[in-house]
Amino acid sequence: MNNSTPLNRLGNGCCALVTELNAEGLTRRRLLDLGLVPGTKVEVIRRSPLGDPIAFNIRGAIIAFRKEEAEKVLVVQVS
Amino acid sequence: MGLTYQSTGRSTTREIFNVHNAGSELVIALAGNPNTGKSTVFNALTGLRQHTGNWPGKTVLRAEGSFIHGGRHYTLIDLPGTYSLHANSVEEEVARDFLCFAKPDATVVVVDGTCLERNLNLALQVMEITDNVIVCVNLIDEARRKNMHININKLSNALGVPVVPTAARGGEGLSELMAAISDVALGRVVPKPVLVRYSDAVEKAIAQVEPKVREIIGAHINTRWVALRLIDGDTKLVQAIQRYYNDQESKQAEAALEVLA
Repeated sequence: MNNSTPLNRLGNGCCALVTELNAEGLTRRRLLDLGLVPGTKVEVIRRSPLGDPIAFNIRGAIIAFRKEEAEKVLVVQVS
Repeated sequence: MGLTYQSTGRSTTREIFNVHNAGSELVIALAGNPNTGKSTVFNALTGLRQHTGNWPGKTVLRAEGSFIHGGRHYTLIDLPGTYSLHANSVEEEVARDFLCFAKPDATVVVVDGTCLERNLNLALQVMEITDNVIVCVNLIDEARRKNMHININKLSNALGVPVVPTAARGGEGLSELMAAISDVALGRVVPKPVLVRYSDAVEKAIAQVEPKVREIIGAHINTRWVALRLIDGDTKLVQAIQRYYNDQESKQAEAALEVLA
């Protein structure tokens, strides 16, 4: 998909669907275990004061990612 | 560790995990995602008669307690809350090692009734390791409050294991949970977990690897699961097998892994 963006670029309150994980090995495994499979809806809840990490609502749990992890998750924004 | 674990009997491996019980007691593990109320279930079942301490060599808090049901003594082990059993963190490693090597008589997977979707991942992973699984759908009161209805029978049929709804905070469903635990632990009910079927390529690889795994480690551990982990390139599992079982067996497992790599 050409209009996909990294998860960390989304503003607070945005919702998006996961399209692709740009990670390998343990990081990929970890993201998958947390429920980030393609098609999963993710909502940006809030940012910490310095903008990193960012908290997301993923399948009913609020999980925070550092920029290094969030930028590996490619998403398309939905309204 | 200066000791050699020559014998690979279950009591020996359990001793490594500091499970103190007098033979006749049944060991029950409590697994689940973080914040699903595992410890609430634990305290409700054991009546707060818990001992806390650390896992051997780890700084992960562990809790052990006991309860009596139908004249039998049950030792309950509260595993650390994890999203997965792929041993990316110390918690996951502790949980996995316990399920894999201490072989509890039954494992209760506590899931959050308000977000089953996220929780069933772990339940499926536990079912890949052991057959004796009971799924405890906790926070059922919370789910009701959110107008969510969970079809327990359908879930039980889909998973192939007993499913018990509970609201541990209010004590709801606990006697049913105890009954389900004793049914499974004593073999009155034999769960038949419905396992995940992987893509043809993966299933083919499993079919190739599993017989070799069985040859090497025998019936100690679930061979399909070990095969899957080997295909996944999980070197930590081989190290764990080395730690808990005979050296010779694990060297062969390591060799098998190298062949696959």
